[in-house]
Amino acid sequence: METTNTLSELSHQLVDLFTENSELIEKESTDYMNSFRTKALEDFNKFGLPTKKQEAYRYTNLETYFKGEYFPVLSPENFSLNLTDIFKCDIPELDTYVVLVLNGFYYNKNIYHYLPEEVTITGLAQASKNQNGVFNKHYGKYADTSLDGLAALNTLFAQDGVYIHIPKGVELEKPIQIINICYSFKNLRITHRNLIVAEDNSKVNVVVCDHTLCDKSYLSNSVTEIYAGENSYIAYNKIQNENIKSTQLSNTFIHQEANSHVTSNTISLHGGLIRNNVYVTLNAPGCENNTYGLFFADDHQHIANYAEIRHMQPHCHSDQLFKGILDDEATGTFNGKIYVAKDAQKTEAYQRNNNILLSKTAKMNSKPQLEIYADDVKCSHGATMGQLDNDALFYLRTRGINEKEARHLLMYAFANEVISITNVPHLKERIIELVDKRLRGELSRCNNCTIGCT
Amino acid sequence: MNVEQDKILEEVTGSEYKYGFITDVDTETIPRGLNEDVIRIISAKKNEPEFLLDFRLKAYNHWQTMQMPTWPHLKIPEINYQDIIFYAAPKQKVSPASLDEVDPEILSTFAKLGIPLEEQKRLTGIAVDAVMDSISVKTTFRETLAELGIIFCSFSEAVQEHPDLIKKYMGSVVPYTDNYFAALNSAVFSDGSFCFIPKGVRCPMELSTYFRINAANTGQFERTLIIAEDDSYVSYLEGCTAPMRDENQLHAAIVEIVALENAEVKYSTVQNWYPGNKEGKGGVFNFVTKRGICKGDNSKISWTQVETGSAITWKYPSCILRGNNSVGEFYSVAVTNNHQQADTGTKMIHIGKNSKSTIISKGISAGFGQNSYRGLVKVLKNADNVRNFSQCDSLLLGDKCGAHTFPYLEVDNDSAIIEHEATTSKIGEDQIFYCNQRGIDTETAIGLIINGYAKEVLNKLPMEFAVEAQKLLQISLEGSVG
Repeated sequence: METTNTLSELSHQLVDLFTENSELIEKESTDYMNSFRTKALEDFNKFGLPTKKQEAYRYTNLETYFKGEYFPVLSPENFSLNLTDIFKCDIPELDTYVVLVLNGFYYNKNIYHYLPEEVTITGLAQASKNQNGVFNKHYGKYADTSLDGLAALNTLFAQDGVYIHIPKGVELEKPIQIINICYSFKNLRITHRNLIVAEDNSKVNVVVCDHTLCDKSYLSNSVTEIYAGENSYIAYNKIQNENIKSTQLSNTFIHQEANSHVTSNTISLHGGLIRNNVYVTLNAPGCENNTYGLFFADDHQHIANYAEIRHMQPHCHSDQLFKGILDDEATGTFNGKIYVAKDAQKTEAYQRNNNILLSKTAKMNSKPQLEIYADDVKCSHGATMGQLDNDALFYLRTRGINEKEARHLLMYAFANEVISITNVPHLKERIIELVDKRLRGELSRCNNCTIGCT
Repeated sequence: MNVEQDKILEEVTGSEYKYGFITDVDTETIPRGLNEDVIRIISAKKNEPEFLLDFRLKAYNHWQTMQMPTWPHLKIPEINYQDIIFYAAPKQKVSPASLDEVDPEILSTFAKLGIPLEEQKRLTGIAVDAVMDSISVKTTFRETLAELGIIFCSFSEAVQEHPDLIKKYMGSVVPYTDNYFAALNSAVFSDGSFCFIPKGVRCPMELSTYFRINAANTGQFERTLIIAEDDSYVSYLEGCTAPMRDENQLHAAIVEIVALENAEVKYSTVQNWYPGNKEGKGGVFNFVTKRGICKGDNSKISWTQVETGSAITWKYPSCILRGNNSVGEFYSVAVTNNHQQADTGTKMIHIGKNSKSTIISKGISAGFGQNSYRGLVKVLKNADNVRNFSQCDSLLLGDKCGAHTFPYLEVDNDSAIIEHEATTSKIGEDQIFYCNQRGIDTETAIGLIINGYAKEVLNKLPMEFAVEAQKLLQISLEGSVG
């Protein structure tokens, strides 16, 4: 009961913060963007911050994370330094269009060499002012604020983020890399909002990297709306690597049209609290959706993955695979749902969650769900929790591999199923390297260190 | 699927409920409604000791502070508790000594239902406690069982004769604070069965309770308590039917099982309450709390249920695995046809080391039926080497029904191995085609496939029940195959 009270108190504070600063927040946005705030406020007033009483948040307690002192970022900072001097992506071979985002605001000095001119990559605020109709057609259409209090909160405060538009028939070979950087000497609460529109017959590959550059607490609440037009192809890879004090609430809403193909893969390497909500709507026949995730948690981390795939039309195919390795006092949650509407016959939907617990104190909650209203379907789900296979360990030991190395090898093999899905060549190698480092405990060491020698 | 097949399916799932008759017997009832006085009346009628009345009143006061939960995947019409008769008993002499003293009408009712109350029918080898409305009518084979030290009688008799056992165990597995309907039952429960197996005794016959709702506008609230002492074994069966009535009737029961060291309890249910008519009118609301505790080491509790009746079924037979090496099992077949709804499953709470649990759940939905599996597997911090396997399959017959799976896995120990898998599909056209090709008509083929699908669970039932359950499955689905 107490939790509910405090969270509702925090929700009131957030509402007050909005009403006090609404002028400032709305000043830079177009009327169209502002028009969503009324409904968002209404929904947020109704639901507030999600509490453990809500079925989807049963295992995630947001209270401790929202309680901290945060400075809300309500307008873009005047940033005099050159961001590219402070931050360099450490995958030199990776050839991408780099989009830097600082504390939730689009970095104005981003330059894209050789970007086909039909393609637009720009700040969300900027995009909303370009009156070509695409923005207004898609913004706010997929992130249903009545589904989730966090989405409502984001819509309430949303000002900027990244906007990507791939027009009809354009296939962009080079990946777009969005780098979200938290950089400040204050504890920050960050809101960012992205919109990715891939029109019919287009193709795009997006890589998202989340980084914290300072040893401060950050609470970021992001919403990404993705629209996949007919026959389009989108690959969306997300790598989360932040410090232990950070809280990342990431909400992704994917809307797919006929015969489109979307693969999203979220790799959570490090962070204090990570909550990934993925809502997918398969709105036309013939869609294919793959939602994957891999997470590593130790210390007191909490990593929660929520995936909801809604099959609204027949002949769609979806696949979910989430794997996790938990150590120390970490807690992990998987909550997946397959919803098959009444007329979505010939649906094929699969869901799997495998977890390895390495310590006695680690805890995993898994809730794979099926909700099916059509009869001609093939749906299945599976969940397992276990530990490293003793027989396999023994086998490796007999081959002269020491125990530490053998354990490492087995964990890597476990994780590899998800990693191997990544289709961006140099990124894959980098992920393998990061996972390797993570499994050896080096990554957490760096993330918790204040020197920042890397 | 082709039209021909649809037609046969419809025929198969459209059959009538055959236990829907009403017995014309004088019934003693108390006025409708629920208040403290009603509870005092019930308690006085049963001549209960002080502690039981206290228990009831505490439960009632607690119930008043509670609200009907809304989390299940069910559409439940509002229940007016002031419109229910909480106590109804067929008028007869208190605890008949021999069968001759039982009202012949009642006897014929149970004969019609196929329940043997005459002890001459030794062949069946089942001891029966028959409960009609709120009262236990007759318990058979009492003397034979008493020779072994087994106590098998109605709950009210146990209250009179073994108050110490009741005091010790009642509410120890399902406290009155447990949930909304457990609190309601604790306040108003009328009768039920009581079973006590002493140390080292293996119960030689199947024990059985048969529940029958007869009177109109009544709710049935019975309580079953089974205690298996060290090294004992018992297999317990439960069956139920009700007449066809247009209004919904509430059945909120509690079953508590205590298994001490090395004890084994097998509890089987064939639930066939009146499911309502094809339009979804009438039928029994079956909101039951069933829970067993494996208190001692190496103990075992096994739940088997075949759920074909009731307009709404809402129950989770659960096991608390407290003893080391204890075992919990749950086997279930749940059928929803026409407008029936079911939200059923189990909870396996692993507390003891090396405890194991198995969950096999088979859901079958037809017509407009909505069938949900909801289950929890929880492993506590100190429960080392826990093993769980869960399998939940759903079969959909027809495009207007739904099948849902909501498993919860909460694991707090790294040595646990937990597996859960579920599938949802319809009957394969190729399977039917194969049968057709072998000269088996579609209707028989579908029956065959469904029986094969449910076999894993039906196999766990005692033989007499398995036959009945198989028939029941076919009847429940009659006319719905499509």
